[in-house]
Amino acid sequence: MDAQLKRGLLDVCVLAAIKNEESYGYKIIKDMKPYLDMSESTLYTILKRLELSDMLTVHTAEHGGRLRKYYRITPKGVHRIEEFKEEWREVMSIYQFVIKEEEKHDEA
Amino acid sequence: MTKLEFLDSLSEGLSGLPREIQEESLEFYNEMIDDRIEEGLSEEQAVAAVGDVESIVSRIVADVPLSSLVKEKIKPKKHLAVWEIVLLCIGAPLWVPLLIVALALALTVYAVIWVVDVVLWAVFASLAGVSLGGTVLGVLYIVMGSVLGGIALLGAAILCAGLAIFAFFGCSEATKGIAHLSARCVLKAKKRFAGRKEASHA
Repeated sequence: MDAQLKRGLLDVCVLAAIKNEESYGYKIIKDMKPYLDMSESTLYTILKRLELSDMLTVHTAEHGGRLRKYYRITPKGVHRIEEFKEEWREVMSIYQFVIKEEEKHDEA
Repeated sequence: MTKLEFLDSLSEGLSGLPREIQEESLEFYNEMIDDRIEEGLSEEQAVAAVGDVESIVSRIVADVPLSSLVKEKIKPKKHLAVWEIVLLCIGAPLWVPLLIVALALALTVYAVIWVVDVVLWAVFASLAGVSLGGTVLGVLYIVMGSVLGGIALLGAAILCAGLAIFAFFGCSEATKGIAHLSARCVLKAKKRFAGRKEASHA
């Protein structure tokens, strides 16, 4: 897959993982696991990028006698997910056209 | 590997990065390992699960701009003593030109590599141009009555078109290769700035 495209998709994935409630690194990886295997190093760079672009905020809270970082989505992050859904509808209709044309070709 | 050993070698690999990035990365991986241990994994398993230090370092370094790596590298660890400043000033006629030469050399090597690419595309463009011109001229020759000359020109045009198609694929592969190579060179240069130990076995 094109690296730029993949990057954008993974960004949205992480945003979706924190959309309903704030979350922490390991939980994000676990929540995404049924759909995709994301390594820690990948998640780290994505979280950094999303923080820099104001799509999420970070705060530290105590957990079991140690500190843990929690990530919370911002309105800009929510907007990005909505944008993605809109873009993807277009991509899906292109995909359907491609598949349909291929089926036509196979039948001929 | 224990958590402490892992964090130590990660810290070593990131030692050339700005302090803030170092601390943040270490905190992140510390938390990741702790969360896995909390879930029931042994320390060893938890460390193994977060991946190897080498690739983590590459990943982090790749995202840090080269300019901040260089800035971090040349930032003095302590305030310079007066004699060091004096020495730097006295030595300036020597080290400033040397530095400029080194930078110019690096830039020249980079430019030369891309010039090769430009030349390859120029070859493609001239082949395509000749085939186009040859076709037009060949048709004109035939129309004007010089059939043999026209056919010869058309033949040459077709030959050039064939070569141009070959050249096109070659050129686009070369461009991709050069882009890939320069991205790798930048990463390598960044890793050299990023960590002392890293640099020795990178």
